[in-house]
Amino acid sequence: MGKKFYKNSVGTGKYTGLLLIMPFVAGLVLFTAIPLGMSFAGSVSESGTYTEVLQSSDFYKSMAVTLKYVLILVPLKLVVSLAVALILSISLRFMGVYRTIFYIPSVLGSNLSVVIMWQFLFTSDGPVNKFLNLINIESVGWYSDSRHALSIIILLRLWEFGSSMIIFLNALKNIPSEYYDCAKTDGCGKVRAFFLITLPLLRDSIFLNLILQTISAFQEFNAPYLLTGGGPMKSTRTVGMLIYDEMFRYGETGYANAVSWILFAVITIAIILIWKIGRRGSEEF
Amino acid sequence: MKLRKIFSKIIIYILLSLVGIIMIYPLLWLVGSSLKPDSEIFGSVGFIPEKPDFSAYFRAWQTVTPYSMGHYFLNTFFIVVPKIIFTLVSSTLTAYGFARFDFPMKKFFFALLMGVMFIPSIVVIIPSYLMWSKVGLTDTYIPLTVPSLFAVEGSFVFMIYEFIKGVPKQLDEASKIDGCGAIRTLVFIIVPCIKPVLISVAVFTFLWTVNDFMTPLMMISSVEKYPLSLILRLSSDATGNGYEQNTVLAMSAIGLIPSLAVFAFAQRKIMDSITFGGIN
Repeated sequence: MGKKFYKNSVGTGKYTGLLLIMPFVAGLVLFTAIPLGMSFAGSVSESGTYTEVLQSSDFYKSMAVTLKYVLILVPLKLVVSLAVALILSISLRFMGVYRTIFYIPSVLGSNLSVVIMWQFLFTSDGPVNKFLNLINIESVGWYSDSRHALSIIILLRLWEFGSSMIIFLNALKNIPSEYYDCAKTDGCGKVRAFFLITLPLLRDSIFLNLILQTISAFQEFNAPYLLTGGGPMKSTRTVGMLIYDEMFRYGETGYANAVSWILFAVITIAIILIWKIGRRGSEEF
Repeated sequence: MKLRKIFSKIIIYILLSLVGIIMIYPLLWLVGSSLKPDSEIFGSVGFIPEKPDFSAYFRAWQTVTPYSMGHYFLNTFFIVVPKIIFTLVSSTLTAYGFARFDFPMKKFFFALLMGVMFIPSIVVIIPSYLMWSKVGLTDTYIPLTVPSLFAVEGSFVFMIYEFIKGVPKQLDEASKIDGCGAIRTLVFIIVPCIKPVLISVAVFTFLWTVNDFMTPLMMISSVEKYPLSLILRLSSDATGNGYEQNTVLAMSAIGLIPSLAVFAFAQRKIMDSITFGGIN
């Protein structure tokens, strides 16, 4: 961002805009294109890296964990955040207060304090198990049982549903209330109005949320790394964590790069699928 | 009919309060337990201590390192402040260029801006680490701050772009007649109009940076340079080695203060502007 374009900017020449976006273009080259190139080169520099990945059981185990995680978390989070947003969009008193409270966990996001807190909550004699005991359910070995360890992470991310809720809320605010008045005079009930008016008009924000949540869920690293360390028996070792382990723990740069490109491909395929289904949905409406 | 309405209202409030309790209970438990002696922490579901004891906070403030928490607050501050300034300047310039000017290959670059948002950061993270270590700049704050000079957060650029689109173009034209160039128009006409979105971008940059764990984990190796997130990690690892649990909890509670304070300060402003950027 030198002084150069300050001189050029008087008047609006053909290149003023291009000069203004130069920081972005430079950043694109420096921090996206070059790293992407390097990572790709790293993944193919030794022949057979991809075959090695595709033949390792670690990779399939991690992929299965990640897919399970995405398929449970993303729909759950979307349904919860939409349901809560719908309730909050009813104009009653104190809705603003509830909205703020529900958003707080998202503000804290991946803050380490939250993770440490979560770790304590789920210890064998922690408050979660104490609560389960209160309602006559036996304590769960959250960290030791490979069937339950992933749920700690899912619950943490579900607890942070606030940001997708806000996207839904702001979209709901933009639906003119006249639509509902019309539906009412036409004798349309609330449930039908939801399916005929609200849901179609929320399509864009549903897809935005779906895509953003899918991308971030596929990349989950922080929570398994900090909460479970990937265990027990690798039941929470997501692909994100596998990449980190291979890179920083075992120094297998090539393997790590290859896995991240495969993950990239999987995410791209997932997005294309969501896109296709979304377009088919729009033809129906 | 009226009775039914009141009834459904009550149901709604009960439902919302239940969700609210789930949202807030873990945080109250954290603060409450940090005031309890270790033997009491796992005693019950309740979080209110019998005799609140603040001594854990004094121990927490001293940390397990030779430095106090104050030192790590300052470190975080030295990362956050440049990052906010860099992000605001570079994102605004880029958004302004896209929103107000025509130039060759504009569509291509705009498509790239949108596309970059969907590249999983995990693909880029390893090579950027290798890049920074090759130029010998790991273990400094440069890898954490300098990229912000280059409008790397596409979602912020997009948020500002949308906002500038909403500013009437007549204002630009008037300022052009008054003899203002592109930059002066931006500074004196556009920026005052888009203050709300700039505040949101600043707040989100703050929150994301303070909460970020992975980037400093990879880039920073010496303890004296750790930001808050890494020192929390170090201390939580020290439990079991004689470090008391309430101290770790107290430390975590302290670690939440910056984010909560900024959120309390700006919540009304940011929550209405979230359409794209609020995802984490």
